[in-house]
Amino acid sequence: MCDTCGCNITHGNEGLIRPGGKLQKTESGREAVTVLHSLLHENDHTAKHNRDHFDQHDVLAINLMSSPGAGKTALLEATIQQLGLKSNSNIKIAVIEGDLETENDAERIRKHGVKAIQIATGSACHLDAHMIHQALHNLDLAEFDIVFIENVGNLVCPASFDLGQHLNVTLLSVPEGDDKPAKYPVMFRTSDLVLISKSDLLPILDDFKPEKAKGYLRDIASTAPVMELSSKDKSGLPQWIDWIDQQIKIRKTYLEQYPVAAGHSHHHHHEHEETRT
Amino acid sequence: MHELAICQSLMDQVETIASERNAQSVTSIVVAMGPLSGVEVQLLKNAYPIASAGTIAENAELVIEYLPVRVKCTQCGSESDTLPNKLICKQCGDWRTTLISGDELMLMSVELEKPKESTTEAVH
Repeated sequence: MCDTCGCNITHGNEGLIRPGGKLQKTESGREAVTVLHSLLHENDHTAKHNRDHFDQHDVLAINLMSSPGAGKTALLEATIQQLGLKSNSNIKIAVIEGDLETENDAERIRKHGVKAIQIATGSACHLDAHMIHQALHNLDLAEFDIVFIENVGNLVCPASFDLGQHLNVTLLSVPEGDDKPAKYPVMFRTSDLVLISKSDLLPILDDFKPEKAKGYLRDIASTAPVMELSSKDKSGLPQWIDWIDQQIKIRKTYLEQYPVAAGHSHHHHHEHEETRT
Repeated sequence: MHELAICQSLMDQVETIASERNAQSVTSIVVAMGPLSGVEVQLLKNAYPIASAGTIAENAELVIEYLPVRVKCTQCGSESDTLPNKLICKQCGDWRTTLISGDELMLMSVELEKPKESTTEAVH
């Protein structure tokens, strides 16, 4: 994407659309309209709206992605516990859960006294910005510092949809194998942090080499830091909590420098389907 | 399989453009995409007849320009075509590269069939 205006024209593809380029030809009696919008224009627009909404309330939004069963919910439970143990921490968390069916994950989170909104996507294999927008109607962001969005377990589809999050965190669990970044480059390229989860299994599943996983990440030009952690034996969790603390500070500093445009207040007169809370 | 959702989003945009310009029909839709968009060309093509059925673009041709994965090295400055999971510089081997092509998922243009002059005048 172009850094200047956000369009998708780079010098790698601009030849296609130059006057006289092969996408410019048309027969007489017809009109060729140059568009140059993402196919997900509508989604991206709503995602920006969501992000503005988070920013107005000084809320950091983190999108958690992984394959099914990599331990996203367990990590959230452990994170809630760790933050509760920190005496000087008063970070307030809310969770938006995305699954095809069931409220199971939201219920797990609620047991820890944390607000959780479940989005049942039905047959959709990913969350999109509109679903998050709906969920935000049931969340008073003024009460929270972080919103974790637990995406549908899937290493393919969620990568294409901006939700309005600030950061993407991808879990790669030890049983999955260390070559996942090479197999799912689109997903891992979007990651701001990669967590090697279930690290307590490393001594047993010793064909998983964290160094190899890191090598595959460098192959896709990822600058994301990599952390090993286990929600079960709690190892690596302090490092993850420190990262969260640091990201909250980075976001706050950013917003002090670049405040959200004033007057961006939304009044939602439109009707929304009820989202289960 | 998120291609159907993406294709429906594409059709929404095309329909908006067509109605804004009083088009009679849409004759072609040009999409540029690369392997790192996370969208499969064939699945998008398969989804297209389903998403376009009953719309003004029902008979439009979907043209897909598939773009190569190309990186520019931030260290040695050279550019190279490469694979989606090998974004390192082919010249010097450094991993600090910038993607310059290959993650596009863009509606480039649409071609519209306009109503005949007489029809246009009758409307005005």
